[in-house]
Amino acid sequence: MGNFPFVVAMLLVILGLYTLLFKRNLIKLVIGASLIETGVNLFLVALGYRTAGIAPIYTYAPPALADRMVLPTPQALTLTSIVIGLATTALLLSFAVVIHRHYGTLDVREVKELKG
Amino acid sequence: MKKAAVFAAFVFVAAFLLFAAGRLHPFGEPSAPAMDDYFLAHSQAETGANNVVTAIVFDYRGFDTLGEATVLFAAILGVVAVFRRPREDER
Amino acid sequence: MRGEMSVIVRTIARITYALILVFGFYVILHGHLTPGGGFQGGAVVASGFALLPVAFGAAAAKRYLNPSLMRHLEEVGSLAFLALGFLGIGISFFYNVLANSGSLFGAAVPFGPNSGILNSAGTLPFMNWAVGLKVMTGLMTIVLVLLIGAGKEGKD
Repeated sequence: MGNFPFVVAMLLVILGLYTLLFKRNLIKLVIGASLIETGVNLFLVALGYRTAGIAPIYTYAPPALADRMVLPTPQALTLTSIVIGLATTALLLSFAVVIHRHYGTLDVREVKELKG
Repeated sequence: MKKAAVFAAFVFVAAFLLFAAGRLHPFGEPSAPAMDDYFLAHSQAETGANNVVTAIVFDYRGFDTLGEATVLFAAILGVVAVFRRPREDER
Repeated sequence: MRGEMSVIVRTIARITYALILVFGFYVILHGHLTPGGGFQGGAVVASGFALLPVAFGAAAAKRYLNPSLMRHLEEVGSLAFLALGFLGIGISFFYNVLANSGSLFGAAVPFGPNSGILNSAGTLPFMNWAVGLKVMTGLMTIVLVLLIGAGKEGKD
């Protein structure tokens, strides 16, 4: 099975999706969203691999392998994706703190009213 | 009833994702490397950076980095605004 | 002082805080030569800063790391990154005017593996420093605001 790394990244996304759909605690929902983001980042980095390639950096690169480098563009896109995932998690956690302070509970089925 | 429908939809999406991951290009041979070969061959002559990933993030695709800096700024603004308390000397 | 940890944790935090800061600044400064850059180095330095509220308690850390100073430094880093994009506005936005020019950070780099010329890459080192400052102070702002805002709940 040659595509095993892609299947593992999709397994992470499926685990995060399961956590988002079937769990009730707010902190577990935040963990599920973070799992989905991790799976997508892993998938992006695995897309650009070239067999027996080295990192796309020319400082002290071994001269025998310097013409077989891994693709650099998916790594640049993953940088942006990681920072955006961090911003999402920070906002989700601060909303969880405020909801707990207002309702006294972290169960997502009890926080249903739209007016304070 | 609703829980069964949600579970069926989840199984369908999971099967779709796994089937799609198995049918991508083989791991280790990317399918269209023409743009990245141009970046690898010309980044030292045009930007002068040894680190090709940094040259892409800040020079060839600097606009994406500007968008990401804006997202980070908006997130910090949101977190600070959520925890702001009115002081006693306001209103 | 509540929230403080034991003597062993406090001593080790004092020693490793300085080492983590040095490593993080190295990763930021050499972003155009070695793996790293603004975002990665900024995250490392923010992890070093975040050791202090964990080991010494949020109240003691607030006297040493001011949250509003961190927020203003983050805005300075953001504006500096935007201003660096306008340097080459005669040709296009985000044009690298200092590369291959012979002046500050303008040495030309030959193709192929070499041992790293520090004086190269144009406006890229300046952008690394601006983004590093922004990420470092921004992440520390989030940590401090979450710790202090969530901890005062009992005093309402």
